[in-house]
Amino acid sequence: MNWQLIWISLPQLLRAFLLTLELAVVSIIGCTVIGLLVGGLRTVRLRIVAGLARAYVEVFRGSPLPITLLFVYFGAALYLGYSSNVFAAAAVGLSVYHGAYVAEIFRSGIQAVPSAQREAAQTLGLSAMQTFRFVVLPQTRRIVFPPLIGQFISLIKDTSIAFVIGLVELMKAGQAIVDRTAEPIPIYLTIAALYFVICYPLSLWVRRNERKIVPA
Amino acid sequence: MTATANGATIGSNVQLRAVTKAFGAVEVLKNIDLEVEDGEVVVLIGASGSGKSTLLRIMSGLETADSGQVFVGGIPMHEPKRAPEIRGHVGMVFQQFNLFPHLNAMGNVTLALRKVLKMSTNEAEAVALKALTRVGMQDRCENYPSQLSGGQQQRVAIARALAVNPRIMFFDEATSALDPELVGEVTSVMRSLATEGMTMVVVTHEMGFAQRTADRVVFMDDGVIAEQGTPEQVLQNPQHPRTQQFLARVFEA
Repeated sequence: MNWQLIWISLPQLLRAFLLTLELAVVSIIGCTVIGLLVGGLRTVRLRIVAGLARAYVEVFRGSPLPITLLFVYFGAALYLGYSSNVFAAAAVGLSVYHGAYVAEIFRSGIQAVPSAQREAAQTLGLSAMQTFRFVVLPQTRRIVFPPLIGQFISLIKDTSIAFVIGLVELMKAGQAIVDRTAEPIPIYLTIAALYFVICYPLSLWVRRNERKIVPA
Repeated sequence: MTATANGATIGSNVQLRAVTKAFGAVEVLKNIDLEVEDGEVVVLIGASGSGKSTLLRIMSGLETADSGQVFVGGIPMHEPKRAPEIRGHVGMVFQQFNLFPHLNAMGNVTLALRKVLKMSTNEAEAVALKALTRVGMQDRCENYPSQLSGGQQQRVAIARALAVNPRIMFFDEATSALDPELVGEVTSVMRSLATEGMTMVVVTHEMGFAQRTADRVVFMDDGVIAEQGTPEQVLQNPQHPRTQQFLARVFEA
């Protein structure tokens, strides 16, 4: 086994790793926005709206991520032409897919806040939107934070699936090197270590902070 | 009188005409007529399940009546489009306090001032401090609800309701969740509000409060107003057999 290959390939792998990180950051923002919106809509009284939000969640939770990515990529290609951006397609696909899971996390957090809190806000004159923003949402932090970070960790690892639409992120870059050198072990170990280096600190950070997110 | 956003003025009186309310098959309120005048303190008493809390929740806009007319401060609460106008103009104090646990005492009181009345932080804090002083909580502004006793939490909740300058205050068993030795600090705040001329509708089991503070005591039984009058009439000299029964049981305990 050629362990030196790790040092030789490292610059190339790190470049791809940077792309993986960019994709993860953009998708984390995307899925949080989608999740907050869909999760919030799932708790509204209007049945049609809540039903549509639920349908969104079920559709994306019920289909594999590669399928979602392929649909987004080829869908975009069909309507926008083949100049469509692979990175953007991957970010959109990851955002809508993980957004479904994030929506469920936010929904459970929102529903854990007692309805008496909403009543108190209502009699004080706060609008439904103000009540959500200033009374309900802050109280979901403690409940939502640990599973949300867990979801982000899955998302970071799932960026590797973007290879199915041809994005040369860390996984794809590694495969290319393996194809060329026939040295899978050192390369895949390096890749695994790079993912771990990002995911493990996040998981440590949750454990440190989950008790002190909300004061008192 | 204060003005609502669309210019209507809000008074301090309540009129209920033929109000009914059912939860499923259970008729909670049957044809209730009740008037509360400007500055009056009305105490609702009665056994659990007699409908007094539901009546209070209808007046404060948290529930809607199935039929009948409900005017609160002149706002027709039975018209779904107009009912929201009452929000922010009546104060509600709950049995479980319902303070916002993620905000300290000051934050609880200033939230509506800043977000609904659009005051600056400085203005809001000045108004809030006045309200907190009124309930004797000016030294606990920085404390979170979990750091306060039940009586202190309820006083902050009263300050929070008072700060927006409500026309009417509703109290829903405000002392029922308190340890007996903490009841006094809350009832004394309520009594001082009454003395200052606040219109109040109070659901309570504290007969001492009803006796000393109420202008009128309303006894509810099984969804109807069985008897009403001055505290002397209703509490000392009840006419209705159900009132007599209820009071005998309360004073026995």
